[in-house]
Amino acid sequence: MAYLFHTDADRAQMLASIGADSVQQIIDQQVPQDVQLQRPLDLGDAAGELTLESEMRRLAAQNSSASSHACFLGCGAYDHFIPAAVDEIASRGEYYTSYTPYQAEVSQGNLQVMFEYETLITQITGLAVSNASLYDGGSAATEGVLMALASVRNREKVITSEAVHPEYRDILEAYLQNIGATLVTVPVGDNGDSSAIISAIDEQTACVLIQHPNFLGRLEDVTAIADAAHAKGALLVQSFDPISTGLLKRPGDLGADIAVAEGQCLGNPLQYGGPYLGIMACREDLVRRLPGRIAGQTTDRRGNRCWVLTLQTREQHIRREKATSNICSNQTLLALRATVYLSLLGPEGLRETASHCLRKADYAKRRITASDRFDIVHDGPVFKEFVVRDRSDDVDGLLRHAESQGILAGVALGQFDPSMNDCFLVAVTEKRSRDDIDRLAAVLADAPCRSAVASA
Amino acid sequence: MRNQQATNLLFELSRPGRRAHRLDDLDIDSPDVEHLIPDEHRADQPPPLPELAEGDVVRHFVGLSTLNMSVDTHFYPLGSCTMKYNPKRNERLASLPGILDVHPMQSEGTTQGLLALLYDLQHMLAEISGLPGVSLQPAAGAHGELTALLVAAAYFRDSGEDRRIVLTADSAHGTNPASAQMAGFKTKAVKSNADGLVDMDDLRAKLDDQTAVFMLTNPNTLGLFDSQIKEITDLVHQAGALIYLDGANMNAILGITRPGDFGADLMHFNPHKTFSGPHGGGGPGAGPICVRDFLAPYLPSPIVDKDDRGTYRLRRPDNSIGRVRSFFGNVGVLVRAYLYIRTYGGEGLRRVSEDALLGANYLLSKVKHIMDVPHGERCMHEFVASATKLKKQHGLSAMDLAKRILDYGFHAPTVYFPLVVDEAVMIEPTETESKETLDAFAEALFRITEEAGDLVHEAPHTTRISRPDDVTAARRPVLRWQPKSETD
Repeated sequence: MAYLFHTDADRAQMLASIGADSVQQIIDQQVPQDVQLQRPLDLGDAAGELTLESEMRRLAAQNSSASSHACFLGCGAYDHFIPAAVDEIASRGEYYTSYTPYQAEVSQGNLQVMFEYETLITQITGLAVSNASLYDGGSAATEGVLMALASVRNREKVITSEAVHPEYRDILEAYLQNIGATLVTVPVGDNGDSSAIISAIDEQTACVLIQHPNFLGRLEDVTAIADAAHAKGALLVQSFDPISTGLLKRPGDLGADIAVAEGQCLGNPLQYGGPYLGIMACREDLVRRLPGRIAGQTTDRRGNRCWVLTLQTREQHIRREKATSNICSNQTLLALRATVYLSLLGPEGLRETASHCLRKADYAKRRITASDRFDIVHDGPVFKEFVVRDRSDDVDGLLRHAESQGILAGVALGQFDPSMNDCFLVAVTEKRSRDDIDRLAAVLADAPCRSAVASA
Repeated sequence: MRNQQATNLLFELSRPGRRAHRLDDLDIDSPDVEHLIPDEHRADQPPPLPELAEGDVVRHFVGLSTLNMSVDTHFYPLGSCTMKYNPKRNERLASLPGILDVHPMQSEGTTQGLLALLYDLQHMLAEISGLPGVSLQPAAGAHGELTALLVAAAYFRDSGEDRRIVLTADSAHGTNPASAQMAGFKTKAVKSNADGLVDMDDLRAKLDDQTAVFMLTNPNTLGLFDSQIKEITDLVHQAGALIYLDGANMNAILGITRPGDFGADLMHFNPHKTFSGPHGGGGPGAGPICVRDFLAPYLPSPIVDKDDRGTYRLRRPDNSIGRVRSFFGNVGVLVRAYLYIRTYGGEGLRRVSEDALLGANYLLSKVKHIMDVPHGERCMHEFVASATKLKKQHGLSAMDLAKRILDYGFHAPTVYFPLVVDEAVMIEPTETESKETLDAFAEALFRITEEAGDLVHEAPHTTRISRPDDVTAARRPVLRWQPKSETD
């Protein structure tokens, strides 16, 4: 059956060796009768490969996707191009069916990939050390805050801004609720200035969590916020877009102490939100607070350079209740994909990708606002994402109409902030062609308004 | 001269001006970058990434892959980690464009197929666990532990009860106490008795009106099903506390018994262990949790619901703790779990556990002639042997044994865990290994005990490296490559 091995003869021989009459007897010797399930699990019959394949194809066909539609959705997950070599390498069984490198001698492939990944992350963050990955961008942001709270003693206040991804802030709130930390969320300033966040920083502040480019696509004044935080003895945790570092200054260069990111954009598929790749890097002096796994360089007994998991004293399997994080696994396979992706792109490829995103986003802005129905909400620079206001105030109808025309046009912002009910967020990656963008603009401009539909 | 393409670092292979990836020329008119990004934000240069040709990259990473052991290439009896075969069909089906390329912010109307699958999976996990409330969101087993403890904390806060203590078994995974601490609880360890089960006197002594949760692994990390389970759960419930089941070993009891039926109130699954999702060098996994009905309102948002018209919707539970992860969760891993469960069906899943038990007990019957197995004649899906006697007689430590077994072409068992056994060697064959493989593994263990001496102490001999210096790695950490000029 499916992936089992034993023939009836095998089973009989094995039971004889064990000295048991049946597997049921082995079960009865350990599991009390009164807790044994007396019926089969109600999960239906076994499905063969052929059946499952046709069912899954039918099911998959019920979903729209970035393959069937031109995708302008962002909010931390992006339809960037993935070179073929990334999939080819990551689908090798030696990578995806291996486990945590507990035996370094037979895991040098994975360990070296982790070390290379960590180096690449230090290169794109401008910070000295990186771990070997966390769950995703949202939990990485929260782990960054927890790490800052543990590093800056006797301070309990965490400051963040509404311009940080709302889901990241939800996670932060859930985590901080029981551990006596106070979360202060600063509203977004109309003109995008950072004075509100700066004036919120005080002597009780352990850290400030910002996002740059922020949730609404805008660029933040990171250096000023970093200076203000440092002046009060607080740390700056910056969530960033890895692709943006092809053009924008890196978190470490702007003064961030801890950088966190969603690494999905680095060669990882969208897959409805996960698994994704949590990126985290920090200053050298914070390394012993850095959560998650870390691979380091050493030598073996013959003097050969090699790689091991290191600094594990921080980890739960040694410190248990004194551990600074409970993170046990990581996202090695996605980190591998990011490593291959960045190796393929190189500095010029990353710059080119970032530049195409930026310039195509700018083109999209201009095309969309050719219609009187739409405004760009914020002037000022953005990277690849921007907020559009629908003057007809029918964002849901508009986006549904676009879907029906083969375009995933944007993310309605009212779901995060009722004051933005008439707004949606558009993301443009290097994958969107001129034709995609022109069609987006045309479909949006031609979409029926609610008032028009009602009167028709 | 040996080819160094794999073992050199990417950064050492780099040559200025080499490129693998190039985009087509921009097909739009646009101002230059300098006009779109002000100077204060713009970097002078892109990050100093390596510069490589595609051939460099492919040969490098393919070369590195051959330095790994994996389930596809080797027997991997890594106890507690459950390294079973990863079905190829699941990889293919999880990669269909309508699954792989779905954006997490798409509207519900455009994701009905995927939501239907996730909805069904919620029900399947509820049926397997005997616990009706399900969240698929946590990204890993330990993340599930934390999430469930946040649920428990919210429940007690709502009930006006100030319970601050989480009890963990001393044989528990280290993530248990770490998760409890992160959820704001203090922890106390409950001892194991001589049989490796929960010491009931110690549990009684530590259980009081301050206890919020007792975190228990059953079958435990010694591979034993705690036969006192009903007594344990009754005691904990009488004290007004909840039982958390660490589901790391669920693959042992599928269809045989259900956590909900033996008294657990909350639990997590490790789909990469129980339902064969590949673990990719340490991740991704996932950590869905199941809870009793009165805890379901506290689950993280969102869960998948079905309305009267049969439309699937994402919903925030009434008293939700919020979120523990962005978007929905590790959907790619969950799809593989769904496919695995469908492949076996209800009766087949029980057969999986029966064969896991059969394999483990068979190997136990062989290993007990070679090493001490301190806890019993029988086990569930794994067992813990001890190298103490081998150490005394042959100078052979658990680590020596682990290193030498690599030369025989097997991944090593887990060593030095659980902490309650000296020189622990934790072996888990899983149901996807043949009798021939188990025989060969037992034979290799036996031969190693006859080898002893330097051959074993200096093992492994056939791998590219041997016995790395962990101490120097931790004392003088080198955590990234740097150009020579920066390290001098």
